[in-house]
Amino acid sequence: MKVKNSSNWSESLVQAAEYVERPESQLKVMWETLRQNKAAVVGLIIIGLLVLIALTVWGSELMGKQILPYDPNYSDMSESFIPPNASHWFGTDQLGRDMFSRILAGTKISLFVGVAAVAISLTVGVILGAIAGYRGGKTDTFIMRLMDMMLAIPSILLAIAFMAALGKGLDKAIIAIGLVSIPEYARIVRGSILSVKENDFVQAAKVIGNRSSRIIYKHILPNVISVIVVRATLGISSAVLDTAALGFLGLGVQPPFAEWGDMLGRARGFIFTAPYTLIFPGIAITITVLAFNLLGDGLRDAIDPKSRIK
Amino acid sequence: MLKYIIKRILMLIPVLLGVSIIVFLIMRVLSPDPAPIVLGQHATQQAVEAWRQANGLNDPIYLQYFHYLQGALTGDLGTSYYTKSPVTKEILARFPATIELAVVAIILASFFGILIGVISAVKKNSIFDNAGMFLALIGVSMPIFWLGILLIIFFSGYLHWLPSNGRINPLLEPIRVTGFYLVDSLVTGNMNSFKDALQHIILPASALAMYSMAIITRMTRSSMLDTLQQDYIRTARAKGIEEGRVIIRHALRNGLIPIITVIGLQLGSLLGGAVLTETVFSWPGIGAYTVACILKSDFPVVQGVVLLVATIFVLMNLLVDVIYGFLDPRIKYSKKEV
Repeated sequence: MKVKNSSNWSESLVQAAEYVERPESQLKVMWETLRQNKAAVVGLIIIGLLVLIALTVWGSELMGKQILPYDPNYSDMSESFIPPNASHWFGTDQLGRDMFSRILAGTKISLFVGVAAVAISLTVGVILGAIAGYRGGKTDTFIMRLMDMMLAIPSILLAIAFMAALGKGLDKAIIAIGLVSIPEYARIVRGSILSVKENDFVQAAKVIGNRSSRIIYKHILPNVISVIVVRATLGISSAVLDTAALGFLGLGVQPPFAEWGDMLGRARGFIFTAPYTLIFPGIAITITVLAFNLLGDGLRDAIDPKSRIK
Repeated sequence: MLKYIIKRILMLIPVLLGVSIIVFLIMRVLSPDPAPIVLGQHATQQAVEAWRQANGLNDPIYLQYFHYLQGALTGDLGTSYYTKSPVTKEILARFPATIELAVVAIILASFFGILIGVISAVKKNSIFDNAGMFLALIGVSMPIFWLGILLIIFFSGYLHWLPSNGRINPLLEPIRVTGFYLVDSLVTGNMNSFKDALQHIILPASALAMYSMAIITRMTRSSMLDTLQQDYIRTARAKGIEEGRVIIRHALRNGLIPIITVIGLQLGSLLGGAVLTETVFSWPGIGAYTVACILKSDFPVVQGVVLLVATIFVLMNLLVDVIYGFLDPRIKYSKKEV
């Protein structure tokens, strides 16, 4: 009887605690605060536009329709290095391809790599961080020391080394960029879990005999989700930058596909003769990264109780 | 304090061992066989075998790592597959260029970062604050290499003010004392060399500094906003101390701890950023060289460089922690905290 009572008590405690801190409410409060942050809303609008461009380009490719002003991969040497004008808004590159069309087409690749790389680092990082934080002890030490080792190597060097090992190409770039960011997520998730773990509702869930994986998934992760969302948003911006860096070094997406970093890398030789070929891809990268940074900063402020009170 | 430092240094050993294992695994297990790359596509099977044998690549992997570690502990990082010269020599020849670039960059980043950060905090919500924060936002959003390209287009191509590549005019190279051209030319009193080296370093250092400057600006602003609200600042003002002195001696000094952390961490990440900056500006440092070595599978060099960079990075973190103790006497390094 006594045991049953205690179980009832724990059950209601878990429910009460979850009612107070249920994930929807956390994300909802985050959204409400975010809406009042002008910079973050601007970031969100830009991201919306970029996604729209990427989806339109992708959709038109799937349907075999030409929606861009020119075929981004069609080269005509007689048209090379035409400065920006009415018919080629951003000019043409060394192979006579329309820069405007290539930059629009590049949106798809950059966003795709950014999101896919973050998906990899997020999944692996959250799992490792959750195990380390929840289990503690030797498991924690082992995982976190491994993360420290990875963090001690500059991420761009590590990514290049992975690329050298795996080979060039879009899929490999995604894996390399995803792998090098794992430690950041693992650290954040571990830290958040350590702070949530000792809460009564987690203890209560433990007492009523829930499995560890269930406690992590159902009771702990929803409470650290906002921190993860912020990190992932900022993570996309660094993934876009890393993609561009690998592309610039000639390791990322291979020709003829349009990728902003690769466009910059290949136009480098014409820096004094056709500088405009180096201006627009850079603007595209900066705007994309800026948008995710604005949104990420806004989200971070939104989950910070101090700024919420303000 | 000394005990704490020794303990921390001892703790670095497993981290660095781990780093060496990670790099070893990536380069020797995951990477393709370097023999055809080094010897060329048309090398005969015998030549490839002989080369692998000579470079110890036919040994079991754990034995290869053991040999590598044995050498590394005695300061022998192996020899480059291409130049055949010792890796330590290859690194030492290029390292001063990278360090010089990183140091100038961190000086620029710290100076402007703290300056803009302090102004933004003091003139909160003014046009200066907004401009400073916008600059910081652009700084973290702009690819380093693109900023480098823009600087070249504008200052070298358009204005013809500064050189776009290299470290110095080869005819003006100063006598080697430290390997840092700015220092060497000053020490030997060669002002022409100093001026030329300075002109060469301004653009790459500015490009490299931008990201760190943005981070330092943001950190300085938020740290200063915190300290400016403290009671002792009000007390200082009430005592009639001049505002500039209150800001620098009372607020900035107390707000420095988080700023120092960020600067320390940035110095480590600058070495990573140098990879791209050096490529853009054809800077003869370790970054661009490492990329080239990774691409042509020159394992010994890559392992050496990564190990060196990782060592510097973890030592910088340690240094930051030690500086804390000096800046804030309240921080004690007790046994428990270690």
